[in-house]
This record gives sequence, C-alpha cells and structure tokens, in this order.
Amino acid sequence: MATFGNGRRVAIVAGVRTPFARSGTLLKDYTAIDLGRLAVAELVQRTALDAALTDLLVFGTVIPSVTAPNLAREVSLLPHFPKTLQAYTVGRACASANQAITDAADQIALGHADVAIAGGSESLSQVPILHSRGMSDILVAASKARSLSQRVSILARLRPRDLVPITPAIAEPSTGETMGQSADKMAKINGIAREAQDRFALRSHQMAAKGLDDGRLTAEIAPVTVPPKHESMLATDNGVRRDSTYEQLAGLKPVFDRLYGTVTAGNASPLTDGGAAVLLMSEDRAKSLGYTPLAYIRSYAYAAVDPGEQLLQAPVLAAPLALQRAGLALHDIDLIEMHEAFAAQVLSNLQGFTSQSWAERGGFSAPLGEVDPERLNVMGGSISIGHPFGATGARIVTTLCNELQRRDAQFGMLTVCAAGGLGHAMIVERT
Amino acid sequence: MSRASSGAGISAAALPGSLLLEDSTTGLSLRVHEGIAIIAYDQPGSPVNTLNSRVAPVFEQFFLRIEQDAAIVAAVLVSTKVDSWIAGADIEELQRLTAPVDGERLSRGGQLLLDRLAALKKPVIAAIHGAALGGGLEVALACHHRIITDHAKTVLALPEVQLGLIPGAGGTQRLPRTVGLQVALDLILTGKNVRARKALQMGLAHELVHPAILLDVAMHRARQLAHGDRSAVRERDHGLAERLLEENSVGRAIIFRKARESVLKKTRGHYPAPLAALEVIERGYQESFAAGLLEEAKRFGELAVSPECRQLAYLFFATTSLKKDTGLPAGMSVTQHPVRKLGVLGAGFMGAGITTVAVQAGTVVRLKDGTIERLAAGVKAVRDVVRERLKKRQITRVQFDDTMSLVGGTVDYRGFANVDLVIEAVFEDIDVKHQVLREVEEAAPSAIFASNTSTIPIRDIARAARRPENVLGMHFFSPVHRMPLLEIIVTPETSAETTATAVAYGKQLGKTVIVVQDGAGFYVNRILAPYLNECGRMVDEGASIDEVDKALVQFGFPVGPFTLLDEVGLDIAGKSGPIMEAAFGPRMQPSATLRAVIASGRLGRKTRKGFYRYDADGTRQGVDESIYAMTPSGARRRPLSVEEIQQRAVLPMLNEAVRCLDEGIIRSPRDGDIGAVFGIGFPPFRGGPFRLLDTMGLENVVAQLDALHARFPGRFEAAKLLRARADRQQPFHP
Repeated sequence: MATFGNGRRVAIVAGVRTPFARSGTLLKDYTAIDLGRLAVAELVQRTALDAALTDLLVFGTVIPSVTAPNLAREVSLLPHFPKTLQAYTVGRACASANQAITDAADQIALGHADVAIAGGSESLSQVPILHSRGMSDILVAASKARSLSQRVSILARLRPRDLVPITPAIAEPSTGETMGQSADKMAKINGIAREAQDRFALRSHQMAAKGLDDGRLTAEIAPVTVPPKHESMLATDNGVRRDSTYEQLAGLKPVFDRLYGTVTAGNASPLTDGGAAVLLMSEDRAKSLGYTPLAYIRSYAYAAVDPGEQLLQAPVLAAPLALQRAGLALHDIDLIEMHEAFAAQVLSNLQGFTSQSWAERGGFSAPLGEVDPERLNVMGGSISIGHPFGATGARIVTTLCNELQRRDAQFGMLTVCAAGGLGHAMIVERT
Repeated sequence: MSRASSGAGISAAALPGSLLLEDSTTGLSLRVHEGIAIIAYDQPGSPVNTLNSRVAPVFEQFFLRIEQDAAIVAAVLVSTKVDSWIAGADIEELQRLTAPVDGERLSRGGQLLLDRLAALKKPVIAAIHGAALGGGLEVALACHHRIITDHAKTVLALPEVQLGLIPGAGGTQRLPRTVGLQVALDLILTGKNVRARKALQMGLAHELVHPAILLDVAMHRARQLAHGDRSAVRERDHGLAERLLEENSVGRAIIFRKARESVLKKTRGHYPAPLAALEVIERGYQESFAAGLLEEAKRFGELAVSPECRQLAYLFFATTSLKKDTGLPAGMSVTQHPVRKLGVLGAGFMGAGITTVAVQAGTVVRLKDGTIERLAAGVKAVRDVVRERLKKRQITRVQFDDTMSLVGGTVDYRGFANVDLVIEAVFEDIDVKHQVLREVEEAAPSAIFASNTSTIPIRDIARAARRPENVLGMHFFSPVHRMPLLEIIVTPETSAETTATAVAYGKQLGKTVIVVQDGAGFYVNRILAPYLNECGRMVDEGASIDEVDKALVQFGFPVGPFTLLDEVGLDIAGKSGPIMEAAFGPRMQPSATLRAVIASGRLGRKTRKGFYRYDADGTRQGVDESIYAMTPSGARRRPLSVEEIQQRAVLPMLNEAVRCLDEGIIRSPRDGDIGAVFGIGFPPFRGGPFRLLDTMGLENVVAQLDALHARFPGRFEAAKLLRARADRQQPFHP
C-alpha cells in the first residue's frame, strides 16, 4: 500500500463508457458533450452513487467545441448532480482523460475532494470545420459595420478562395507531420516490420472480440440509444473486426508513405466516437460509503520527447518513472494496458522498454525489460476497440482495473502516448 | 423539473412608502410612495389570494381614496404572496349560493367594482408575479396596464368553465377586447393556462420583466402614465387576418358558428358553461359591452346553481382534499421517504409510461428489461412522449436532454442498490412476479416493491416476499402520461411508511391518488367488470355493438365499452375476466360475446382487429359485423332502447361501487367517485358513482335494480349497503 505525493490514497471505484463506434457511424449524431453525459449518467446510476456527494468533475477532450469550450461543465450540469458541482476541462492530447484522472486524484490526495468523476469524450464525427482566415476577417469586419452600405461593401470583398473551409488535420503544429507519418517514421527507425504490425493488429481484434463475446468488455459499456431515430440501442463496440485475417491485413496499402511505409488503416487505431468516465474516491470515503474499489492509484508519471524525433515514444520515459515512484519493477506488474495508437508505436514502445540507451535517456541505469505478451492488452486495445481521443485514457483505466479484479491480481500498469511527444504511465494496485 | 427555483415575488417587508389604509380581515393595504399608491394583497391564513365578498368594499374604499387624494397620481396593484397573484374567486363561497339571483347579484357586484377600477382617472398598473386566475385575471384586465414576470409560476387563465361556470366579473367582455375574439374564445372555452411569454405575445400583458424588478418597473411606469407619457406602452398589433375576420359582424358570425360546433362536439351537450360563455360574448358584440355584462351576470347566476357546476365543484374539492391526504388513517403520521431513484421492471407499454412520468418529475429511473431490443423500444416510447412536449415548446431543448438523461436502461440489476422504490410492470403471471420480487429484495434490500398488476391480488404477490411490509400495488392507468389516476393497493401487511411513501410519490408524479384495499380487480377494474359484462350480454341478446357504444357515450363516458376494450386490448380483458368470475361468482361472468371474440384471436386496436375494423394506418372503420355470428343471438340484431342500455350498463357499476365501500375496498364515497371519474372517465358532470346514486335517489335505484333482478336473476341484486341506506334514506354524501 502506497500513496503518491504523500497524500491520501485514491480509490478507483468504477468506470463506465459508451460503446465506441467508428466515426461517421452509429454515434455520429452525438456531440462530445452528449457522449460525456451518457457515460457519466450511467456511471452515477450503475454505481448507485449519491450524486450529491460528488465534489469535482474533470473531463478531457482533444478537439474542443467552439460553442461550449468547458465540456466538463456541461457534463456536470446533468440533472443527477446539484448545480453546485464544480467542473473543468483539460487537454493533453490523447492522454486528456488520463490528465483528468490524475488531476482529480491529486485533488483527492490533497484532501480537496473526496468524491470525483473524471474521464473524457470525443466526437470525431463532429469535428468543427472552420472558415478561412479571409472569410473570418470579412465576417468580423462586417459585424462591426455601422451601416448597411458599409456592410455590403465589406461583404463584396469576399473571393471564392475565402469560401474554402479549413478542416483541422491531426498533424503536429510544430513539425507539420501527421500522426500516421510519425508512426511510419518510428517503424523505420526501430525496424518494426509490416508483418509484426499486422500480426499485432490481428491479435488486438481477436482479443477484443473475445472480450466482447465473454462479456468482459461489454461489462464496462453503457447501452445508448442510436440517434437520430433512437429506435435501437447500441451496447457493444462496432470497430472490432472479429473475422479479420492476417492475409486481409497484409493486403492493405500503406496510407501515409505509399512507397516505403508500413502503417495501414488496418494496423492503426480508427477515428472513433465515444465517452468514458471513472469514479474516484478517497480510500476512507469509499469505505465509509460501502464501496469495494476496483483498485487504487499507486503512482503515475508524465514525460515528453522531441516531437520531431519519435512522436509516440514518450511512454518509454514515463513508465520507468511511474514504476520507480511505485517502488516496483516491471516483473511485479500482473497486467499491462498500452494505448494502441498504431501497432508500430506499441511495438516501438515495447522495444524501447528493453533498450539500454532509452533507459539512460530517462536517467535509469538499466532498461525495464521484456513485457510478457500474456499480460499485455488482454482484451485488445485502441486498434480494435477504437480511439475517441479524449476518452481513451478513462477506457484503459476501466478495462485494466476490471480485469485486475477478475484475475484477482495485484498490480497493473497502463501507458498512453499522446501528440506533442507526450507520454503517460500509471501504476494501480488492488490492495 | 429539478430546475425549479425557490419562490419569488414582492415581499411585504420590501414595500416602500407609508401606510395609508389597512384591512386586517382581508389582508388588503394601501400605501403611498412618492405619489404612487400601492395596493397590496396578502390574504391572511392562506397561501394564495382569493376574491370573496369581503374584499369588494375594501377595494371600493381604496379606489375612493386614490381618486380623492390629490397627492396620489397613479396606483400599482401587487400581491405579496410567494409565486401567486390572485388565484380567483373563493369557490367555497360560490357553493353556498342557492338561487340564480344570488349568483347574479354576486357577479354584478364584481362587475361594478371592476368597472369602477377601469374608470378611475388615475392609471392603475397590475404588477403580476405568479398565477392570475379567474377573478384574478379579471381584476388585471380592468387595470390600465399589465406588467408580468418572466417566470414559470406566472400563468394567466380564465378557468371558470372547468368548474361549470363562466367568468363573472367582466372577463367575457374585457378579454376579447384585449386579445381579440379568437384568442379569447380559445382561452374562455377551454380555461387553458397562458404562460408569461405567450401572454406578452397575445397582448394579454404589456410588459414582461424579471421578478426582481417588477415593483420598480411598475412604479416607474405608473409615474410615466400619470404624466401622460405612453412612449413605453407597446400596443398590441392586430394582424391583418385578425382584423379582416374579427372587425366585422360577418367574420365574427363565422367565428362564433365554428366555436359553437367545436364546443358541441366536445361537450356533447353535457356541459352548459362553454355555450353560455359563447352566447355572452356574442351578446357583447351584437349589442354592447354593458349588455354583455348583464347577460354575463345572469348566466353566471344560473350556472352557479346548476347541477353540472355542483358536481364539478365537488370533484374539485374532492381532488383538493386528496392532495392533502397521506393515504393513512386520520391522525396517523409516519416518516415518508423521498423517492429519488425509481426502479422500473419491464420496458413495455406500462413500464415505459411509468418511466415517462417519473423522469418528467425529475426522478432518476433505472429501467430494466430482459433484452436490449425491448429496452430500446421502451426508451423510445419514453422519448416520444417527452419529445412531443419539446415540439409543442412546453419544454426547452436543455430540459428535454436533461429529462431523457434520467432514463438509465439496463438488462441486469446493476444500479438497483440505491433505488427507493421499484415498480414492476412485467408479464401478468404470478410466477414471474414472484421471481422479480425475490430478485429485487436481493438487489435493493431497502426498496419498496410496488406491482403495477391490474389482475393479480397484491397479497398473492407479497406471499413470496421476505419483507411483505414493503410490498403494495401501484396501479397506473394507460396511457400513464395522460391518465390522472393512481390506485394504490395495500394489504394488511403493508406498512404505514410504505403506503405514505408511495402515496406521496404518486402525487409527485402529478397523479390523483386513492388508496384501496386488496381484492380482485381492486376498485376501478372491479366496478368496470360488471359494466363491461352487461354490455357484452346485451350484444349476446342481439343489441349491436355501436348502438351500445353510442348510448354510453351519450350517457357521458368518453368512449363506449367496446371501443374501450379495443383500446385497452382484449388480451388484458381476457385475463381479468376469469379472475373476477372466480372471485365474485356468476355476477362477474364474462359475456358469451366477449369470450367468443377473445377466442377468435382478436386483440383490439394494437392488432387492428377487435370489435371494430381498422385500416392499415390504424384508423377505425366500422363495426366488425362478422362478430355477430359468434354471439348467441346470431347475425340478426334486435335494437335496444338507449335508456335500457344505459340502465343495464351503469347500474351494475354503481351497485358494485357500493359493495366496494361496504367491504372497505375503498375508504370513502369520495375515493369511489374520484376513482371512477379519473380512472374510467365516469362522466364528471355526474360527479361519480356515489354522487349519481344520491342524485337518482337510493330508493329509486334499488327499485330499478329489483326490477332488473326479476328479469335477469343473479346479476342485479342490490348491494346490502345500498338497500340499507335506501331504507334509512341516508345518501352517501351528506
């Protein structure tokens, strides 16, 4: 039993998520706010929580809404809660939900909160499309015009090119590289073969299919009605390809580097819509309310690398730090959940765990070592389940803690890579 | 909704200026501040202000002072009640009127007082927060300027027709002249509520302000108007269509004719008030405002002592007294627990309906069914009803989303640990009921378990309970969001706490609740059974289906018995029939026709096949004549008189209601009347079964039953209590 930052121990009581659906499919008419509300409403219901006891709600999202920038506040205005529940939104790219969870955990450890809900949500079907700079300038100027004739003359400045909208790309602002290009580059630097990537992706789908079939994955899913007609309900993820074969995956063309690339739509995580949330409490409060927590947070760490180098390699720096803070070694860990942005990234991260030079870059004398594949992503991961950016962190915490409990195992570790060269790792413990 | 804010309004302590006059009996006061008089109303010992005969002379005195006091330039009329302005006339006082002339005199008094108000040379501003109903709105209409608050509690209406009356203090004349004829007819003939924003739109109010600045704006406007400054007054814009239609006698004649047709269609001639209102308004247009007022007073006086008004007022008081009824024996009080989270088992028609009213009342609902598909259908049904309110702009998009977010669908018992109450609406089978009861006792150990069964005695369900004190029946009527009645069934083992909690929650759902004792059919379905059976027997003998339906609609039921069976579903009737017969013997034996029709596989409207035929869209066609061949009398029909149909159908219902009272199934004739009116649609203008018995005369009823008993032995035997009361000449209502 340990605490981080010398604070109070933080219990992970439960986690719930919406189904994860490929963007543009079944959940496309839900906003990120809707998805967050669906996950949190069911979390409150399913845990039989007296919602009035909640002190704090923190939510993460990657592509914020222009009209409702504080997504967490909109979620916290669910009628289940008193209007006095304070809430804020955080952003740490694909680790945003993790940031929400560690923020909430910090508040509990500090004694500022006893009950907190943390998570994230994302709609990649409802990405804001922006006007061009020229269009924006003209619209702003027109709105300030004092007369109709002035307004007409300003609007007359509009040119056809101003009408071309801007779609935000998933590209690094600092390097201009898309995330797929970065993953392809990592595959080349680390010598990750196409076959290894496709085999890993296949494994992800097979494990996820098993988790859905035997109910382990479905247990964390809140059934939601399917808009716009709301005539049916979705209670499962729709991105898992249970009948995918290696041959099919191997037959796909590389997307980002058509000549020498190895990253394909099949070995990358798909654009996904979904929301996820976890219920955190101080250990004492969980006990006094009669909850048996799934697990406790033992430690966590964040790290970063140069985004121009290996954009998604920072988990290699974060994991040893979190383990050090936990006073544990890799072989102590019973289960590992790694966010699968790309198979190339997971395999690069795993390779980094065994690398002396990466160990030294992190200030450690020896590498973490080999990860036992039997303990890794035992119900698949983001490649198969899907990856709603802001929600994934909370999904991974939930999946890891539920499975630890089912296996009656003691320690779990999770890692998440994120844009900007950021990485996160967390160690959880059962008792 | 959970968004309801705490009460608002003008507080008595915050009134500025110095007191000029005060009347402690009525709670009326007159003060003056910088030349503006403030008339404040705060009726002692009541949460709302009403208008009674005592306030008129006080108002009179105030008006005189305002007129004569040179220091006063204008006046503002306010209520210092929380969220209420003036709720209307004192209905108890109206009940004491005995002759039309008394009512006419009362009405004339009100009219003259308000004429005097309207004629004051100094402007009077009605500053309205909360409900301004009936006489309250008539007072506001006589003021020179109306400012209302932008608040959910601010509603304006002339609801008199709902009590069998018409507005009696000039409302029939002033409202059309304020908002236009068509809008006024809509309001007066239905009595419907107008919310603040709508009131502004239709010109019923001149200004809409936040409650916090109501008094300040009213004082300011009073001063402006006193100085002849009307720059802030926006006059209502009469649209072109309105002017073309309403500002000439031909157009108005069309409007009146259409309104009359619509009233007759709705009331079927049973309710005289809307027609009277129509004629009074018409008189005002044909002759003059003054002539309209005289007619208004005359008709008001007649209606005030009419039997329809008496019965409707009785139902109003009965409903009001049930609102205060805890469901426990008088004098007994226990802790009732709030229901913050409700579990509903079964997402079918009833389960979804119960969920709908619960989430609309702000309760978190855990809705469980066996499969995701059934769950989805249930959630969709909830959504459809709530969405209708969004479409009609009765709720905002945010309120819609919030309401729907309270529905938590599940296929297992996760999330049941903190439900306060579980209502089961699963398949009507005792074993299924027992199974879910045991599951609930496991998943939600402290929850109350309520069954929505309509056929199975609650004590039979409770037999499987470890905690039978937590078990009762909550019998909702279909469709749940429309039917106002909730029948709560208690067994000898049900604890007082359980009963009080269920009753309080039922009221929170907006239902009128009667508590009844356990027994086959409980109360409502029990009195319905002999009625439906006898209707079936008349068809057995050769009466035609539509003839029976028509006769009972003519009696005042909203639909006839066979239409009702088609709507409810013949499978449900098929289930309850044998249960009733087993419990009560031959008098409850289902008719041969009903048995044959059920056996033929007809289920009613839901399968588009019942006593009537339905086309592919579900629109009803004629009677399914092929049914007659299944009846004992065969295809040939032999007409029955309307009187015989009504007598043979209704008397067994009344007789059975008396048995229920005698056996203690219902606690009082009041509950029996309310249960029949709100549960079955027993004609409200007849007041309910017990009121009808009293009206008909018990001896007369017994004589009719005896005659029928001689013709049809076994079904019409007068209830013991009925005969005894007839002998003692003791009516059910004093």
